[in-house]
Amino acid sequence: MSIEELSIDPGLAAPPRRSPFRKLLRDPQAVITASLLLVIVLLGLLTPFIAPHDPNEAQLSAINADPGTPGYPLGADQNGRDIMSRLLHSINTSMISGLIGASVALAIGITFGLIGGYFGSRLRSVTEWVFSLVMTFPGILLLIVLMPVTKGDYRFTMLIFGVLLSPGIYRIVRNLVVGVKNELYVDAARVAGLSNLRILARHVLFVIRGPIIIAAAFLFGGAISVQAGLAFLGVGSTLVPSFGAMISEGFLNLYIDPMQFLWPSVLLGVITASLVLLGNSLRDAFEGVKLKPAKIAAPKVEQVAGRAESRPSDALLEVDDLVIAYPTPSGKLNEVVKGVTLRVNAGETVGLVGESGSGKTQTAFAILGVLPAEAVIVRGSIRLEGRNLIGLSERELRQLRGRSIAYIPQEPMSNLDPSYTVGAQLVEGIRATTGLSKREARERVLALLKRVGIQDPKRTFDSYPHQISGGMAQRVLIAGAVASRPKLLIADEPTTALDVTVQAEILDLLRDLQAELDMAVVLVTHNFGVVADICDRIAVMQNGQVVESGTALEVFREPKHPYTQKLLGAILDEATVRTDPPVSAGALAGGTTR
Amino acid sequence: MTNPLLEVTDLRVTYPGRGFRAKATEVLHGVSLTIGEGETLGVVGESGSGKTTIGRAVLGLVKPSGGRIIFDGQDITHVSAAERRKLARELQVVFQDPYTSLNPSMTVGDILSEPLVVQGATAKDARARVRTLLDQVGLPRDAAERLPREFSGGQRQRVAIARALAPEPKLIVCDEPVSALDLSTQAIVLDLFIEIQRRTGVAYLFVSHDLSVVRHISHRVSVVYKGDIVETGPAASVTSEPEHPYTQRLLLAAPIADPIEQEKRRAERYRLLEVHRQQAEQAGAVA
Amino acid sequence: MTLYVLRRLGAGLVLALLVTLITFLLLSPSFESVVRERLGPTATPETIAGMMTELGFDRPILVQYFDWLGGVFTGDFGRSLFTSQPVAPAVAARLGVTLSLVVTALLITVVISVALGVWAASRGGVADKISQILSLVGYIVPGLLLAIVLVVVLAVNLKLLPAGGFTPFSEDPARWAASIAMPVIVLVIGGVANMAAQVRGTMIDELRKDYVRTLRTRGVSTTSIVIRHALRNAAGPALTVLSLEFIQMLGGALIIENVFALPGYGQYAFNAALQGDIPIILGITAFGVILVVVVNLVTDVVNGWLNPKARIY
Repeated sequence: MSIEELSIDPGLAAPPRRSPFRKLLRDPQAVITASLLLVIVLLGLLTPFIAPHDPNEAQLSAINADPGTPGYPLGADQNGRDIMSRLLHSINTSMISGLIGASVALAIGITFGLIGGYFGSRLRSVTEWVFSLVMTFPGILLLIVLMPVTKGDYRFTMLIFGVLLSPGIYRIVRNLVVGVKNELYVDAARVAGLSNLRILARHVLFVIRGPIIIAAAFLFGGAISVQAGLAFLGVGSTLVPSFGAMISEGFLNLYIDPMQFLWPSVLLGVITASLVLLGNSLRDAFEGVKLKPAKIAAPKVEQVAGRAESRPSDALLEVDDLVIAYPTPSGKLNEVVKGVTLRVNAGETVGLVGESGSGKTQTAFAILGVLPAEAVIVRGSIRLEGRNLIGLSERELRQLRGRSIAYIPQEPMSNLDPSYTVGAQLVEGIRATTGLSKREARERVLALLKRVGIQDPKRTFDSYPHQISGGMAQRVLIAGAVASRPKLLIADEPTTALDVTVQAEILDLLRDLQAELDMAVVLVTHNFGVVADICDRIAVMQNGQVVESGTALEVFREPKHPYTQKLLGAILDEATVRTDPPVSAGALAGGTTR
Repeated sequence: MTNPLLEVTDLRVTYPGRGFRAKATEVLHGVSLTIGEGETLGVVGESGSGKTTIGRAVLGLVKPSGGRIIFDGQDITHVSAAERRKLARELQVVFQDPYTSLNPSMTVGDILSEPLVVQGATAKDARARVRTLLDQVGLPRDAAERLPREFSGGQRQRVAIARALAPEPKLIVCDEPVSALDLSTQAIVLDLFIEIQRRTGVAYLFVSHDLSVVRHISHRVSVVYKGDIVETGPAASVTSEPEHPYTQRLLLAAPIADPIEQEKRRAERYRLLEVHRQQAEQAGAVA
Repeated sequence: MTLYVLRRLGAGLVLALLVTLITFLLLSPSFESVVRERLGPTATPETIAGMMTELGFDRPILVQYFDWLGGVFTGDFGRSLFTSQPVAPAVAARLGVTLSLVVTALLITVVISVALGVWAASRGGVADKISQILSLVGYIVPGLLLAIVLVVVLAVNLKLLPAGGFTPFSEDPARWAASIAMPVIVLVIGGVANMAAQVRGTMIDELRKDYVRTLRTRGVSTTSIVIRHALRNAAGPALTVLSLEFIQMLGGALIIENVFALPGYGQYAFNAALQGDIPIILGITAFGVILVVVVNLVTDVVNGWLNPKARIY
């Protein structure tokens, strides 16, 4: 057993994650909005003690009193009611609305989401149907229409509103539960003998708590806004002080005293904005990384000054001291490829071999100029026929791609656009590089499909990706790659996703095409059998570096680097057949019987 | 062979079709196999052959539509949920993907002790057992306080193996347990499986697509092709001199990690495909 | 395809029946109080009973419902209890006002959201910052407050736009545009906040998929990858968001119409509900459901057409 396998390497695996709640405490947006809300809620709770007047107490003498009038710190409205007292009471109305709306929606949504997601099938289709009905109906219309039923009681209205909001929660919970349910660890828990209830409590609820907390913040804000809107319209009792009613009255009284409109608006705005911002902070804390834009462009280059110029070369491809890095959350660059040097001559097949994380695929992407948007090329050069590709723009690279340099991916299905027929995708590629007419391109594609061994090219041409098998999809991708007779083909684990019998056929096809078109092939793989089958030369990668390279025969028969020796030693060859007979536990316990 | 531990007879599994009034598809058309105590049966086949479904049916994760599964003398084809939970002591699993088979939010210690506590162990006993288990699979003791994400793929698979070993089962269903691992880790984990079997006498139903993996760990091998077992026999003969044409194709399609040997094998494969083609033609001509 | 549409239409019909039935059942206990209200304080139990018989409110509730339903199938939605106006044309006219508002807002929302979302997802940097700030602002500011501020600033202080009222498009397109400009702005800001973020998210998902890289390696232009491929694949999820957005805007319009004194659906519904004008309430509900059913059907059909896997021939 190797030491490397056993040691817990902090660089290799992810560090322990900080609890989302602790993360929240370090987010100023979360702290500020949460404190604001806390103060507002406290004011609401203390209202009976600090409000100077009853919210409905009208004093003729106080009509439209200015702010600062004794006993009326914020003035009074057109009916002579104290604005400050009404504001304080409105806080409670809002909070109760939010509480009722959010908790009803959560209670219904979570219960049915868990049931529908976990137990599934028949029960689910019924709940699904009912919830999608509720979801598609404009809730506010229903709340207005049902006024004769609710008698304008905002609590009852919010109860109905909660029911109307529940489908959203239901969907979130149901989707999460279905996702978790298909996780292998839930299968493992079932096999381990855990009851359904325990699985739900232990494995499922924990996963869905984050999204539910986030949703609760938005629900709360939504319920408050809707209640304000309805009160603004005049739905509900005039005796219940609320922001909506105050805004409505202030709106009518705008020209006499704009402040009457301002106070409730500001408070309502602060509450809803705080809830939205808090919701966003919660989302960041629970869901971690934000979605970064995916800019389509040539890779970023850090060291422009030290860039090697183009120069004549007898090799087709020369990679020299290539370093690729990714920014870490702390802003530093983490190198994944650490100075790769590689040379490929015209017409030869080079195997780039290594285990996961060795940087082989990153190197391949760098040659094609299609690294992910975050990647940075720290230094080094990639010369194709002497021309340095690093620093070229996306437009310049596009002139080379498809014509001089082509690519076959690992996973055949995900590399075809599901929305277009196979033929349309191939025609687009050919027309982008050759300027053939649509008809000519179509003829060319049909011929190519035939060449890569597809029995019925016409039918495949008109098929959508989901209608063909994985092996066939890989043939299609090969056809797309060799369409314009490239000089260099980069194949990234082209057979890893395929069955072994299909793999043999695809390797045969690659070998034939390579000879026919006299192209060079860089084959990225972790499988030494594949390398032995097809490669002239090998470069072995470990931790972002090429540790050994040579002809295939040299490397297989006389590996020099210890890592290569270790890898070759780990191959389960045909000679290692298990020979010891089975021994039952009983016999083992008996000890000396054998 | 040792006494039979698992006997599967004429197992059929049908998956309901997707969508409205879709046709159901039968993925296993009557599979029979036996595993003796302390024995490894390798089940090898390509994607869609139904090999994984065999394991899932034995574990009760899919319902058979026909046939019988007898485990340790008890018919477990259609047992109740409560009975199934009791079976957990005897029948365990290691899945393919060590990244999704461990709950990311539980510590390794919790993952290992959960099945023990469910089966009635005290917290103290469970903790002691966790330490033994970690020793058995070669993980440091402080691993118990860590989360799965702090471990590499091979280490996680060790945790999954320890979890399966926890109740001292008689049979572990291993569903492609090394195919997500890197080459060098693969061999180490396979040797761990063998070592544990020699020490504890546990039997394995070992499902894999990789002939060389199956050859390495199995006493006997069954080959699954399109929902049927086409060939069963001792590991050495099935994986080196197969009789069924499909197994022959499978064997010759797997490349050897040596350029010269592989060239020979390729020639052999071409010859075999030519023979099969001619046979098919003759059969067509006769019919 | 026809079968599929028919099936969806059937499901929609069931939805319409259920919603109207439930509304009917919920409203039925208040029938008597409505009659009492209408007759005023002088009403005696006899006059109330007479009126109940006259309106047919004394019959069993299901009989009343099916009676109403029978009328609906012949295009007769009944008459207002208070004005005796026929319900259908009145509701249709109000719906027209609201729809011209909502559909205009929706179209503008789609154009802005798609442009903003695609721009942000495929460019990053400043474009992304701008789109995120815009959608945050749209989320934070309540539509109601925004509407009032617009009225105060644009209509009252600057006198750029009419503060209220509605001019039909057929009468004077320019004045029509002026009359709905402010409510449309309010709806668009709320809508864009939601939808641009959705478009951005699904576009990023698409742009990070494997097939995008493969298309790049074949020399396909960036424009084609972003528009023809990624946006095409993002269209399905975006459409679903759009249909929900439509329903949300319809709800928002009901409140906002009031601020701008537009004679729309919301105001009409509100007044009918306040008075307990039961035939109008039912008519409004029925029209609302039919609208929702049509929108969902269109969404389903377009979605089915967009996704080759779900396409039904």
